[in-house]
Amino acid sequence: MKVKVISRSTDEFTRERSQDLQRVFRNFDPSLRSQERAVEYVRALNAAKLDKIFARPFIGAMDGHRDSIKCMAKNPNYLKAIFSGSDDGDIRLWDIASRRTVCQFPGHQGAVQGLTVSTDGSILVSCGSDSTVRLWNISDANHADSDNLSDNSAKPQAVYVWKNAFRAVDHQWDGDLFATAGAQVDIWNHNRSQPVNTFDWGADTTISIRFNPGEPNILATSANDRSITLYDLRMSSPARKVIMRTKTNSIAWNPMEPMNFTAANEDCNCYSYDARKLEEAKCVHKDHVSAVMDIDFSPTGREFVTGSYDRTVRIFQYNGGHSREIYHTKRMQRVFCVKYSCDASYVISGSDDTNLRVWKAKASEQLGVVLPRERKKHEYLEAVKNRYKHLPEVKRIVRHRHLPRPVYKAANLRRTMIEAERRKEQRRKAHSAPGSIVTEPVRKRRIIKEVE
Amino acid sequence: MGAKKENNDEEMDEKVKKYLRGEAANLEGLKDKKLKGQLAVREDLYGKSAKTAAKIEKWLLPSEDGYLEAEGIEKTWRIKQESIAREVDILSSRNQYDIVLPELGPYTLDFTSNGRYMAAAGRKGHLAIIDMKTLNLIKEIQVRETVRDVAYLHNELFFAAAQKKYPYIYNRDGTELHCLKEHGPVLRLQFLKNHFLLASINKFGQLRYQDVTMGEMIGNFRTGLGRTDVMQVNPFNGVVALGHSSGTITMWKPTTSVPLVKMLCHPGPVSSLAFHPNGHLMATSGRENKIKIWDTRKFEVIQTLPCHAKTLNFSQKGLLAAGTGSFIQILADFSGSQNYSSYMTHSMAKGYQVGKVMFRPYEDILGIGHSMGWSSILIPGSGEPNFDSWVANPFETSKQRREKEVHSLLDKLPPETIMLDPTKVGTVRAPQKKKKPTKEIETEMEAAIETAKDTEFKKKTKGRNKPSKRAKKRREMIDRAKRPFLEQQTQEHETSKKKQKTNPETEMPKSLQRFGRQKAT
Repeated sequence: MKVKVISRSTDEFTRERSQDLQRVFRNFDPSLRSQERAVEYVRALNAAKLDKIFARPFIGAMDGHRDSIKCMAKNPNYLKAIFSGSDDGDIRLWDIASRRTVCQFPGHQGAVQGLTVSTDGSILVSCGSDSTVRLWNISDANHADSDNLSDNSAKPQAVYVWKNAFRAVDHQWDGDLFATAGAQVDIWNHNRSQPVNTFDWGADTTISIRFNPGEPNILATSANDRSITLYDLRMSSPARKVIMRTKTNSIAWNPMEPMNFTAANEDCNCYSYDARKLEEAKCVHKDHVSAVMDIDFSPTGREFVTGSYDRTVRIFQYNGGHSREIYHTKRMQRVFCVKYSCDASYVISGSDDTNLRVWKAKASEQLGVVLPRERKKHEYLEAVKNRYKHLPEVKRIVRHRHLPRPVYKAANLRRTMIEAERRKEQRRKAHSAPGSIVTEPVRKRRIIKEVE
Repeated sequence: MGAKKENNDEEMDEKVKKYLRGEAANLEGLKDKKLKGQLAVREDLYGKSAKTAAKIEKWLLPSEDGYLEAEGIEKTWRIKQESIAREVDILSSRNQYDIVLPELGPYTLDFTSNGRYMAAAGRKGHLAIIDMKTLNLIKEIQVRETVRDVAYLHNELFFAAAQKKYPYIYNRDGTELHCLKEHGPVLRLQFLKNHFLLASINKFGQLRYQDVTMGEMIGNFRTGLGRTDVMQVNPFNGVVALGHSSGTITMWKPTTSVPLVKMLCHPGPVSSLAFHPNGHLMATSGRENKIKIWDTRKFEVIQTLPCHAKTLNFSQKGLLAAGTGSFIQILADFSGSQNYSSYMTHSMAKGYQVGKVMFRPYEDILGIGHSMGWSSILIPGSGEPNFDSWVANPFETSKQRREKEVHSLLDKLPPETIMLDPTKVGTVRAPQKKKKPTKEIETEMEAAIETAKDTEFKKKTKGRNKPSKRAKKRREMIDRAKRPFLEQQTQEHETSKKKQKTNPETEMPKSLQRFGRQKAT
């Protein structure tokens, strides 16, 4: 006879001294846990509710400007700094952590229209409606102690005066060129007082400009004539252009997939394009109810933030048709510029009410140091929430957002209008010869033509 | 070498299957490419995690199952407890004992889910709580009235006792916390620990569910099948099964007033029933000296064994203990083909009447409550050797217990999650498509309408020949022409609905068909 029974000595299963950690034994056998799915569902539901409770995205406002904020720039080399330029010609450097002005850059006569920082974080380029481009040395300004104050002002390293007012500026990611947009697109060198190259296609003003993060010689612009144009600096003429039905206010390249960019359009939508295939948008991001003014990608390339004329900031998935999040406050006016922070955890918006606002990128995220066990718990809850997100109860809680009344009403109105249009189209189709009316997909509908 | 590896692979596959929790979703018919891609990634992830879980088993699960193997002409069912005691270590042999308390009548008992504590209740009002590891008596009270059953709540701090008139809840110190008057004279108590529900069946055949966290009465159902003291919770899905004197077994959930299942299992009264921990097997015994093993998914008998049982219990590893008179038989199925055969037997001193057998979780021990006290015997291979600290920890400290209480309260399931197939939770009902009228009927209807439109009216006298009157008449004619077709459609729709309703009845398993509605012939 051979026999063995379970016999556990207490010493083996408990800690030796009271200072030791308790011993933990795991057995992942599903039969030990009954009704796993129901338990997971309850956890998902509770997690969704808790998320709602902890959703406090607004961190603080940074005031100091005397006019509406037109543009912002983040320093790729310094995490907690942000530059902002306002309509009265004031440029400020803010310390996001303490939410105070660290340094001012006076000089512009009219509105500051564009700000950009070189990739090494040494030079700030600003341009404005006073037809000047100013270069500022910022390598020491950043490290100025935040205690000694706001009357700490800097002198420009160089001032280049040019023929026309500027609307935007962007610095090359890899190299020392920067480009300005205005009556034409000018390419500048740090050391030359005149542009090294000038592009012109069409008569209208170019209003935004962005360099490609992957290929330093490619840049995208949008102009008042409703076009988005791609330029290659190695060629003497612009590369290609797509004309849409409405104006594009701003463009952002996806830093992780540098062939894709997203355009913020006047018609309340954002359009993601593949730069190699402009006849059709990859994705249309709907939700805003007024013109989208500015857009910026998260450094992870998975999300982007948009600011709109409807006084809200929204966060979208790079491939999602609708926004993941909407941020608004009673006091925030038209949003003219937004930036995603370099660590992808904050969003900064600049608006008409002369304030910069700092928001969390994930509304219910826990700030500060998260212990490994806490992090694991958060990850687990995130996973179960994702698993049961299609169930009506969870879905309702996760999707619900409180909207300001004007936005809510405008969204309803837009919905009815779109629905009416769709119905009309459907009826027209039903009552005409089959095949004579072709419904274009939304991704193509707003594009007029592509020009090479 | 090669054969060994193959064998290993097979073993691994078996383990992986356990962790996969069912088959993968079929993605063939999906039209949405994006969703298909996402689901494929997810399925891949599940497969991988199951594989890792199977792989790390040898480090995570260090303890091995107990076993009893016969050598030569020995038979396992002839091996006596005394000979087992000689072979095992001292610690284990201490778990064989008889507590003799002849005055306080037949005893019933209950273990906590981690197997550390036992509550014993004597018919004559004796309640005792014992720490099974140290074998210390924690508390002993005399309630001075009949006690019919005892059940632990979510941890060892609270237990409920079914007394003469009402059930009461006591804490570990023997303090009476609640008197649950609404339940009445209760015969059996069961606690659903995921839902924090205390289920009871009383003398009048009323089944009640009470939420022990908020005290709310969740369900109160009249079974209408008479007095019974056979009640068991299916741990797999939380469904309560009752065995009745007519030989039927009914299964209940707290949100419907009619039983989910009503099946005739025995020609005579049902004397006891038990559920396998994985929920797919049910054992019932009747007064006609039969134990039947049922498949609870198909509601079919798998096996019928010719022996009598007053009380039945499944162990964590699937051994079945049956007790009658002073004799206890353990049935086991080692082949995995659900073919139960005798594994061990145990005879108590003559004259003892076994009232309740219950395996102690996470141990190879069977607790027996009988007319002269309670006993404990060793059944090698009955318990799960590896416990999970976060599920049930026999070495729990009071701090861990407090922590666990909070977590289990946060994960408390709503009573709606009790259903026959708990894997249904989290699925979405597929949208039902409306049937479009067939082309032929449509064309016929159109033709009829056309003819109705084309009919010429006679010229009527002045006043009755107004254009509005004529238009009205025409509309009526069209409606009249349409009506038979529309009626036909609605009729078809209704019949299809009826078919859906009646279908499950006609396709019921054999054992249930007699309860279905019979067609009038």
